[in-house]
Amino acid sequence: MSLPWMQHLILAPVLLPLLCGALLVLINERHHERKFLINLAGILGLLVVSLVLMYLADSEYWPGGTGVYLSANWAAPFGIVLLVDRLTAVMLLLSSGLALASLVFAMTRWSRIGVHFHSLFQFLLMGINGAFLTNDLFNLFVFFEVMLAASYGLVLHGYNSMRIRAGMQYIVINLVASFFFLIGVALIYAAAGTLNMTDLAGRVAGLNADELVLLKLGMTVLALAFLIKSAMWPLGFWLPTTYAAASPPVAAMMVLMIKIGVYVVLRLWLLVFSDGAAAGFGFDALLWGGLVTLAFGTIGLLASQEPGRMAGYAAVISSGTLLAAVGYGQPSLIGVALFYLIGSTLAVSAFLLLIELIERIRTPSAAMLALTMEAFAVEDAPEEPVGVAIPGALAFLGLAFAGCALVITGLPPLSGFIAKFGLFHALLNPGSGEAIGSMAWVLLTLVVLSGLAGIISLMRFGVRTFWAAKGVTPPRLQLTEVAPISLLLLLCVLLTVQAGPAMDYLERSAAPLHQPEAYVERVLSEPVVSRIIERDRP
Amino acid sequence: MEAVIAISIGVLFGSGVWLILRPRTFQVITGLLLISYAVNLFIFIMGRLSTDRPPLTLEDGLVDGLVDPSLYADPLPQALVLTAIVIGFATTALYLVVMIGARGLTGTDHVDGKESSK
Repeated sequence: MSLPWMQHLILAPVLLPLLCGALLVLINERHHERKFLINLAGILGLLVVSLVLMYLADSEYWPGGTGVYLSANWAAPFGIVLLVDRLTAVMLLLSSGLALASLVFAMTRWSRIGVHFHSLFQFLLMGINGAFLTNDLFNLFVFFEVMLAASYGLVLHGYNSMRIRAGMQYIVINLVASFFFLIGVALIYAAAGTLNMTDLAGRVAGLNADELVLLKLGMTVLALAFLIKSAMWPLGFWLPTTYAAASPPVAAMMVLMIKIGVYVVLRLWLLVFSDGAAAGFGFDALLWGGLVTLAFGTIGLLASQEPGRMAGYAAVISSGTLLAAVGYGQPSLIGVALFYLIGSTLAVSAFLLLIELIERIRTPSAAMLALTMEAFAVEDAPEEPVGVAIPGALAFLGLAFAGCALVITGLPPLSGFIAKFGLFHALLNPGSGEAIGSMAWVLLTLVVLSGLAGIISLMRFGVRTFWAAKGVTPPRLQLTEVAPISLLLLLCVLLTVQAGPAMDYLERSAAPLHQPEAYVERVLSEPVVSRIIERDRP
Repeated sequence: MEAVIAISIGVLFGSGVWLILRPRTFQVITGLLLISYAVNLFIFIMGRLSTDRPPLTLEDGLVDGLVDPSLYADPLPQALVLTAIVIGFATTALYLVVMIGARGLTGTDHVDGKESSK
């Protein structure tokens, strides 16, 4: 029996960007168009693959909706296992959708201000997708490093002194985080003797008291690494500076990277600590950390004037909300939190892309780019791109800004409101016979306050830019710059209109996360492909 | 032996932390290197300390055709540490490039890109 091709599809989100990125390295930088088209084809392929995986995970194709890929045909827990379930598929779709928008945005200008933008972009996607898919802690480390190495390059892309200053701090912080990651992994291995996440969940019950302490220690150190990525207070001071310094398409992708920290915490914590011997460990820390992060983001948003930093703090707020929702430990919250995650990721990314266009109102003739060119000492400055400029530039900017602001602050009618409404609903209905915890009120208050701060801050920025600025000249906007922002905002609208089905799917994604034993059984019972073994047997 | 290795890891790590908190990029990279040595050693000893045990099973180690795991060192941490060394090496090299770039662009080796005004 050989493996059906559908099964190999699980590997595609890692393999496709790897091959595509490698191919792009070989093509000379002069062929911008060709490189862009190959990159685009790769991302469209990813989009299709993630849609198919999303469908397969929700159908009866795999038992329990969980696809398991045993790499090199080694049975779990000895080999590396890739695992796809509904949650993974949703995240893959989000990453490829966001990548599509960022890439198209980068086409006319940003991909040309340095070298190897396209390859690095594909390697970043490979790392991100791998981190979503893998079910092995050390393999997760490797994919994290792939993702980070690509992101270092992208943050520095088109480097000027601001980027290099921010990039240097970003690199050091992430290198230290990687060391924490390794120490955590080593401690977990010493305690449980396994690095397979699902196997780890199964073994927690059999550990003695000493080993359990060691495991908890390891998980805590490991969590530090993820929480640095997801910018939990006090580990997230690097974030606003880096966001403000990175070029817009890169910053938009980094909004997704901060969510990966949350994703891994969500997955790993629920797998290992949702029941059994160490049930409930660390949830309080996540809750409190999330709350403080939320408060920090709110204050930061109020205090910042620069749009790049505002977007950074908006990302901190969404990360804080998600961590608090995970730490609150109520199963019904997770589905809504995922809905919030998708909406806020799309909106903050759209906002980061939009900022650069809005900046052109203030500084016409692409002053920002000129600054970059000067520092980078590029000889052949790309000519002012000829393309389709759209009419009604100011109207578009205003509308798109309003759309982003509505989702970020959670005002009706867009998806941000539905997400927050769902969050409140879940917090205030903790299930039959249970009282509403006092922490629920704290979380609720903070979420409302952060929304208020968002409204004040974004309104201040909007009024200053669109109404109070002197001599507003409509900037020249390219179709390729307008289309991705529209796409992201349309996805937010779609998420609002189709909130019912989307929420259903996410509820179904969240439900199995709280039953680790089902995962353990599913992963460890995945059969290896038998024919190969029999043929080789003497 | 445990004490010796624990103390050496501790000293390496402590020196690394101190160096990372210094204001010059060269001190930071030295600190990162020291921490990476400490971390690699730490991973390495997670398979427990032992002497004179091969990591691979050989024919003459079989007892009744079965492997007695207590005769062998745990090979997994050794594989892990190899990967960690390679990745750490690559990322540190990358940091070195950025560091030189920063020195060239800003004209100073201060981590903030400018000398602190005193």
